[in-house]
Amino acid sequence: MASSHLLTLIKKDLLIEWRQKHTLYGVLLYVGCTVFVIYMMNGQPQAKVWNALFWISQLFVAVNAVAKSFLQESPARFRYYFTIVKPANFLLAKMIYSCILLLLMSLASLGLFTLMLGNPLSQTGLFVAITAAGSISLSVIFTFLSAIAARTQQNAALMAILGFPLIIPILMMLSNLSLKAIAPVYQPGWWLIALYLMLLSLLVVILGIILFPFLWQE
Amino acid sequence: MRRSWWKVLCIILLAYTIIGGLLLPVPRQFILNETVRNLYYHVPMWFTMILLFSYSFYYALRYLRTGNMEYDVKGVSMINAGLLFSVLGMVTGMEWAKYTWGEPWSNDPKQLASALCMLIYFAYIILRGGIKDEEKRAKISAVYNVFAFALMIPLLFVLPRMVDSLHPGNGGNPGFNAYDLDNNMRKVFYPAVLGWYLLGVWIATLQSRINLLQLKKENSF
Repeated sequence: MASSHLLTLIKKDLLIEWRQKHTLYGVLLYVGCTVFVIYMMNGQPQAKVWNALFWISQLFVAVNAVAKSFLQESPARFRYYFTIVKPANFLLAKMIYSCILLLLMSLASLGLFTLMLGNPLSQTGLFVAITAAGSISLSVIFTFLSAIAARTQQNAALMAILGFPLIIPILMMLSNLSLKAIAPVYQPGWWLIALYLMLLSLLVVILGIILFPFLWQE
Repeated sequence: MRRSWWKVLCIILLAYTIIGGLLLPVPRQFILNETVRNLYYHVPMWFTMILLFSYSFYYALRYLRTGNMEYDVKGVSMINAGLLFSVLGMVTGMEWAKYTWGEPWSNDPKQLASALCMLIYFAYIILRGGIKDEEKRAKISAVYNVFAFALMIPLLFVLPRMVDSLHPGNGGNPGFNAYDLDNNMRKVFYPAVLGWYLLGVWIATLQSRINLLQLKKENSF
């Protein structure tokens, strides 16, 4: 029963996304513009700079792509959802939806990065896996923060203010992890950091499920 | 909290910290020299900040369980006082770093971590400023407080793995216990920590008492 609710909610969000294609294309265009601006400013950077630029652009793409998840819903519609679904299901559905969205955007921006800024990757598969893990952690954190920002009826800027201090260490972890896929450097404790990143994403989901019911009530 | 013995104790301890901290002998160390006295003022600021933020976390949990506005007011006062101590800790630390490490900002993980803490709680203040309705403000800010505090602790733990530290006891540097914190310094350091703790709690309780009175006055008619 609960899982069917979850699936229906995810399907609903994806369907809305598919029918209003302009928002999807808007984010895609944002990704493209960002990469183009970086290219115009910097040309083809060195491998380490490439890595840093990639993760910074991921941060801004995440803010733009995930902000919609809660902020696009009107307060009246929240009240409607409140009467028909459990809060945990609702939050999880939003999280999974933004994971899917951000995963697509990350892969698109990775493609554009390799196309325009050169390809320093020595282990492409590993880098794609880290990008996927990174999109999951970024999207779960920003989904919860966008729920907070939506309740205050503020714009997406508030979400960025709330999120950046929490996201900086995660971005540092991600860029450290992905250095392994770029240059064959010796990194002691690589697996520990990877494990830590996954545990942290899990912690965010658990905290979200515990705290979301409080946000949800009026 | 209105008993006065701990306030008297706080004043005595801080007076001792200031007088004893500046006059009692300290070991002479290369580079550190007399700046080691900053230990009595800089380090307790961070301890007090963490204590105050933990209190506010506790009050946020209490608020979410009970919905009592009193806990919200107390939690905010703790954060305000904590931010004051974080700014003081940052200023004293940067000044110390200028004389020992060569520049006020040197990419040290503890410095980064405390800057992140400050950003998180400044964001909390901004978040509160954006919401007009009192109950809603209390609830949303309590949720953010719990979320941020619970995430901050593992993040602070992981940060030192990313960058090398210049602080004693990290990155191959010997800790204070090894040679610096001799018995003379302990005699001032521990009372100093307690004194600054008490001062932080004192400031926070004063502010929360004023705000509670205001809350009562607003709701009385």
